[in-house]
Amino acid sequence: MASPRTPYWLSAPAVALFVAVFLMPLLMTALLSFYSFDFYQGIQPGFSLENYLEVLRDDYFHEIFLRTYGISLAVTLICVVIGTPEAYILNRMRNPWKSLFLLVVIGPLLISVVVRTLGWALLFGREGPINQLLTGVGLVERPLRLMFSTGGVVIALVHVLVPFMVLSVWAALQKLDPATERAGLSLGASEFTVLRRIVLPQIMPGVLSGSLIVFALTASAFATPSILGGRRLKVVATTVYDEYLNTLNWPLGAAIAVVLLIANALVIVSYNRFIERRYAQVFG
Amino acid sequence: MSFLQLQNLTKCFGDTTAVSTLSLDVAQGEFVSLLGPSGCGKTTTLQMIAGFEAPSEGRVVVNGRDITDTPANRRGIGIVFQSYALFPHMTVFQNVSFGLEMRGTARAEREGRVGEVLELVHLGAFARRYPRELSGGQQQRVALARALVINPELLLLDEPLSALDAKIREDMQIELRAIQRTVGTTTILVTHDQAEAMALSDRIAVMNQGRLVQVDVPYRTYEFPESVFVSGFLGKANLLPGEVVGEDGDELEVRVAPDRVFAAPGPAPGQRVQLSLRPEKLVLVNAGEGRLPGTVRARIFLGHHWVYQVDTPLGQWLVSRQNTGEEGVPEGATVGVDWQTREVRVLGAETVHG
Repeated sequence: MASPRTPYWLSAPAVALFVAVFLMPLLMTALLSFYSFDFYQGIQPGFSLENYLEVLRDDYFHEIFLRTYGISLAVTLICVVIGTPEAYILNRMRNPWKSLFLLVVIGPLLISVVVRTLGWALLFGREGPINQLLTGVGLVERPLRLMFSTGGVVIALVHVLVPFMVLSVWAALQKLDPATERAGLSLGASEFTVLRRIVLPQIMPGVLSGSLIVFALTASAFATPSILGGRRLKVVATTVYDEYLNTLNWPLGAAIAVVLLIANALVIVSYNRFIERRYAQVFG
Repeated sequence: MSFLQLQNLTKCFGDTTAVSTLSLDVAQGEFVSLLGPSGCGKTTTLQMIAGFEAPSEGRVVVNGRDITDTPANRRGIGIVFQSYALFPHMTVFQNVSFGLEMRGTARAEREGRVGEVLELVHLGAFARRYPRELSGGQQQRVALARALVINPELLLLDEPLSALDAKIREDMQIELRAIQRTVGTTTILVTHDQAEAMALSDRIAVMNQGRLVQVDVPYRTYEFPESVFVSGFLGKANLLPGEVVGEDGDELEVRVAPDRVFAAPGPAPGQRVQLSLRPEKLVLVNAGEGRLPGTVRARIFLGHHWVYQVDTPLGQWLVSRQNTGEEGVPEGATVGVDWQTREVRVLGAETVHG
């Protein structure tokens, strides 16, 4: 006979792994953020809030945090605008096209983010295909600066993250009764009104949860901003990296990481509460 | 002139013909059911009337207007969907009000009209609820109110009661009929449930394999089926294949077995026929009497009547007998089966209308 405790013992390996590879590093990072750093003596154990005060006071860090959340907001909005219609159209397709295009949409997830971003770096160069095309057609006089620009990072991140939005909206569309669209038409609504008043409100939970995923992933993105933005366009994640590996100021890097974690958690929790309050009554 | 005319409606999907040259005239205010098994084309026919499917051939004419090429959102037809298709993100009031909003009705008038229709379906107190807070029967009424609020020329009901419990379904049948009589809207009901079709409709249009096979009032469709299909689909029937061997005035002699010839009312639709005998037209008599000997194999008590399974030399028959308050014939008893000659129906091959 299995004792009532058996399930706990069975989950012990997973718990141990979780504690070892996730909670411990997190705890050590948190501890580290309270240490101090000296150029000649290195990391000094202790407890001080000076790293946090530096992050919270210095305009340099303010700019980096604002840029990070600005990019996150832009990427999220663009993903909503692109991903929602994409999922809807995909859902209306018939097989085999439906399966084929779903694969095309999700396909990018099968390729490493680094490889995809390097691809964008090739396209974005001063002499890259995009600039050659634009100057060739005569749309711009001088090549656009896409590398190391906010625009370039946003474009590449949208490409990386739009599948998450599509999948999230797709899931919401599966719950939509297609007869509601027909009911709307039979009551005299135009196709557009049906989309706006009947389809969109019903898939809104999917759009909102997709936004949350995209926002959180953008705010903590590292590979894409680091390759396309480099040192000239720092976001929080690349700043943490630089503090650790270039300045060797680990405690400051740890403090920035903790601030990012807390900020992201706050955004996610409050957003989730908003969604739940808004839709609990309607969709249960 | 008929209010709704379906003229030679045909719908092909690739190589398969879902509906074939279907013609049907419906009078104003009439309640007609399209009845048939799944895949018989009844739903496709409804979709063509509603404007969700374009007919491959044929016309749909409402009140003298040809609406075959009118888009669904300009037809002004009220539809109750099988899933109800209520807008889950809107309250009952908003659901019902939607159609009026699309017509640009002023807010004050809209409120009055929605209130009226919700009273009609006895949901006046539920205007502020969301659909998921309602029972199945209530959701169904909201769907009906939403379809009726726009004063449609035509009301289409797509298996509207199939998702309800048996008890609520019976109540809703009576209510639906009463509401349809009150508002007087010409109504087409699609259903596979013969009891529902008989309870609700003025006329039943029975469909099979994309064609109309019989259109008549419920009583006549049941009592005088014109084909084996109709006799089997509406109610139950004991079928005997046979051959006409003699004719005597109005009466036929039909040989159903080498040593058995039954009388049946004429005229004969052909040489080879099927005799149809409804279980409730048969009577059980003492062994040795009646037209056919038999043994009771099993019996089922259904409250208002008994159903007997009787083994006879011609196969297993169903006999239904009203519950008169006495203990019925026991299982294993030897009995005779008898009937009146005029209760026998002589059927030929499938007849096709239109």
